[in-house]
Amino acid sequence: MSEKHEKLIDKKGIRLDGRKADELRPLKLEVGVLPNADGSAYIEHGKNKILVGVFGPREVHPKHLSRPDRMVLKCRYHMAPFSVPERKSPAPSRREVELGKVIKESLEPALFPELYPRTGIDVYVEVLQADGGTRCASITAAALAIADSGIPMRDLVVACAAGKVEDTVVLDLYDAEDKLGAADVPVAYMPNLNAVTLLQMDGILTPDEFEKAVNMAMEGCKKIYAMQKEALKTKYMTVKEETKEEVEE
Amino acid sequence: MPTFFEAKQLVTPGELLAEGDYQAGENAYVEAGKIYASRIGLADLENKKVNVVALRAFYVPKVGDIVIGAVTEVGFNGWTIDIKAPYSAMLRASDVLSRPFKPQNDELSQVLDTGDLIVAKVASYDRAHDPQLTVGEPGLGKITRGQIMRVTPTKIPRVIGRKGSMISMIKQETGCQIILGLNGVILVTGKTPEDEELAMAAIKKIEDESHTTGLTDRITQLLKEEKAKREANKQ
Repeated sequence: MSEKHEKLIDKKGIRLDGRKADELRPLKLEVGVLPNADGSAYIEHGKNKILVGVFGPREVHPKHLSRPDRMVLKCRYHMAPFSVPERKSPAPSRREVELGKVIKESLEPALFPELYPRTGIDVYVEVLQADGGTRCASITAAALAIADSGIPMRDLVVACAAGKVEDTVVLDLYDAEDKLGAADVPVAYMPNLNAVTLLQMDGILTPDEFEKAVNMAMEGCKKIYAMQKEALKTKYMTVKEETKEEVEE
Repeated sequence: MPTFFEAKQLVTPGELLAEGDYQAGENAYVEAGKIYASRIGLADLENKKVNVVALRAFYVPKVGDIVIGAVTEVGFNGWTIDIKAPYSAMLRASDVLSRPFKPQNDELSQVLDTGDLIVAKVASYDRAHDPQLTVGEPGLGKITRGQIMRVTPTKIPRVIGRKGSMISMIKQETGCQIILGLNGVILVTGKTPEDEELAMAAIKKIEDESHTTGLTDRITQLLKEEKAKREANKQ
C-alpha cells in the first residue's frame, strides 16, 4: 500500500485493481489435486491460493469426540507462514481457530451426518497465499473437495463476500479494500436449495446497504457456483473423453 | 412431473433431477417433493426411480458381502481388520479356530499377525455396532499368494459385468483366479506374475472406462493383443 491516501474507487467507478463494482476477481478451480487425500481441491481466487484436503468418513480420534448418532465434521484452517507479506507464525492463531469453526458450520448443512454414525470427516484448509476473502474461497474449495471424496451432499456450498468501499457497495473485496473499506459481508450459500449457511458482517452498513450487499454477494455466489460445477465435472469428463477418442481410433 | 436430465448425464451434488411422481434411488434424496443428486455421478431413470451411479464413493459394509482386509491389531480374543470402510471390522478368535478358544493356550498372532491379508464375509453390521467378519466358509481366510489391487468400490459391479460375463472372461483369458472384495480390494492369483499383471491391467482399464459401452469387447481385444505380444517376445 502506498503511503499517501489513494482513492479506492475513481470517478468512473473503477476500483484500485481495475474492477467494476459488481465484478469478481479472476477465479481458477481444480479438483482432485492430492492423490493422498480422499478428496481435494485447489482454488485461485484473485491472488488467494488455497489448497483443501478431505479425509473420511473414518473413525474419530480422540474417541470421545465421536457421536453415536451422527458423523462429526472437523475443519482446520491454516495459513502458511509465507502466505502474507509479514511472516505469519505457523502456530494456530485465535483468528484461524475461529475461521475453522466458521467454515465447519457453513459446510455442515450440506452434509447428511445421520448416515454414518460414529465417524468423522476431516477438512484441512491450507492457505498458501492470502489476499482478502480467504474464508469464502476456502468454503468454495472445501465443498468441492468433499464432493470429490464421494461424501454425499445436499448441494455444493459457495461463498462470496460483498462490502462497502467509499460509499459504494462492491462485490468480492480484496485485501486493501477489506482493510481500508467500511464494511465486509461474507455470505455462504447453497444455490439449488436457496439456503444461506453463513452470513457475517464486519463494519457498519445501513439496512438498505446491507440488503444490497447480501444480494450482490448471492449473485456472485451463483456465478462461482457455475464454475464450481464445471470444475467438478471436468475431472470426471476428461476420463470420459479420453475413452471416446480411443473408440474412434 | 418432469425429469431434468438425459440418460447417463453427468450430475453434481445438489443438481435437480426430477419433480413429482418419482422415487429417489441411489445417491439421490428428496427435499420438498423434488429429487436432487447427492453425489457426482451419472443419472439414470429406472421405473420411476431416479438413480445416480456414483463416480466416487466409499465402501459401506453390508451383511453377506465378501471383503478383503488387512489385520491392523491383534487383540485378546480377536483381530481388528481394516476393510477400507468408515468402520474397522472385528474378527473373533473363536470364529477362526473353530474350537473353544482359551486365551492362555492360544497365541493369536501365530494364527494371524498384523499386516496379514484375509478374505472374509461380513457376518453382522448395523448403525450401532462395528462390522463383524467371519472366515468360516470355503474360500475365505488368510491370503497366502497373489497380488492385491484397489478400485473405487462403485466400480466392482462393472468389473463383474452382466451376469459375471466380464470377470469370467478375464479369468478364462489370463488363467488367473480373481476374488473381488466388495470393498474395492481385488485379489489376483495366477500361475505367473505376468498373468497377474495382465489381469490387473485389464481391471484397471475397466475402472478407467467403466461408463463406456462395448467395454467387454475392448477388454477381450486388449487381452488377446497382449498375449500375442508376449508370444512374439518369447520367440
